Amino acid sequence: MSAEDRLPVLREAVRALLDGGQVEGVLALRASGPGSTPHLFRPGEDLADLVLWPKYAIPKIVDLLLQHRRQPPGPQASSGVRLGMVTRGCEERGLIELAKHNQVDLGCIEWIGLACTAEERDGCRCAWPYPSRIDVGAKVEGIADELVAEHERLSPAERTEFWQRQFARCIKCYACRTVCPQCFCEVCILEDNMWVESGTLAPPFPSYHLIRAYHTVAKCVGCMECEAACPADIPLPVLYALLRQDAEEMFGYVPGRSVDELPPLVVETLWKQGG
Amino acid sequence: MDYHNVLTTCAYCGCGCGLYLEVLDGKVVGTLPVKGHPISEGKLCVKGWNSHAYIHHADRLSTPMIRDQKGAELRPATWDEALDLVARRLNEVKAESGPDAIGFMTSAKCSNEENYLLQKMARAVVGTNNVDHCARL
Repeated sequence: MSAEDRLPVLREAVRALLDGGQVEGVLALRASGPGSTPHLFRPGEDLADLVLWPKYAIPKIVDLLLQHRRQPPGPQASSGVRLGMVTRGCEERGLIELAKHNQVDLGCIEWIGLACTAEERDGCRCAWPYPSRIDVGAKVEGIADELVAEHERLSPAERTEFWQRQFARCIKCYACRTVCPQCFCEVCILEDNMWVESGTLAPPFPSYHLIRAYHTVAKCVGCMECEAACPADIPLPVLYALLRQDAEEMFGYVPGRSVDELPPLVVETLWKQGG
Repeated sequence: MDYHNVLTTCAYCGCGCGLYLEVLDGKVVGTLPVKGHPISEGKLCVKGWNSHAYIHHADRLSTPMIRDQKGAELRPATWDEALDLVARRLNEVKAESGPDAIGFMTSAKCSNEENYLLQKMARAVVGTNNVDHCARL
């Protein structure tokens, strides 16, 4: 099914969800400017502007919308809001991780599963370009990230040189942190002078980027939004993919695979507490 | 619940990066980059990412303020009152000391078009080339 073929099917699915009266709106993409923008389509709204691409960090917006109505505010309080959303594979996995970290209540969300096309998959170098339930589009198999394979062929010294060169371009704009759905801490350690001195560029190597990288472990699902947002074109997902591989090898854990699998670092904490 | 994005241009410098202001139930709550934008190509700097922060900020002036005399407290005024005062004083200064006694300070946070209008006002209306702004680097 081509990108064009998916659109009428998706519009029909969104219309049916809105007409069902079970959701306040459906979060999807709307044509805007040179591409698209996230938008909450509401019952009765014209869906002619609904589009498929370019994608955005939708799980972050779901989190924003669900938290907005919480009384009292707090990650575990129920908002009473039910939302629909068009969900790609990476978005579903991102939401599952957010749910496991008590950021969203999956019971508040009605999904329309959207499979990515081969072209979209290639653009994201995606290993898993479909959600667990496909309502729109047809499944295409994932591909290995050739940048990761290329990096693994480097010697340790070459790897250090590679990342030194990449991170020397960093302008510390925090876009990778700000765009990331899995970065939900209210206070970010990367803004703490003890770890990251303010007023200097590039940020300290390798602590700045390794602090962030380690904070993505067992959470990053490889949605590629950090790479898309980086003004210096640093291939951050390569670093995070390597850590994802390590977490799978050491703990058998794949971020976003299942809502029932506890994140390994949480399990470790519970074990230490005798839980 | 209403959530939509407004396409606009970053007001922090003259680059002209595209950004979306996220509007949730009538309040601007966040900023997103514009993917595919011809200038910024889906990227923003740290200031651009925080473009929403001042919109509803408590320190932001929402009405003109006038100081009636030196040392007096600023008081809120209407736009008509403020613009009348500025026009009257500019005319008085120009009549007393000539147009080069007046300078126009504009801003990198304005659009090209707004800056064009201000220099036009300086040169064609008042008659001075005294035009400058904070990003003249």
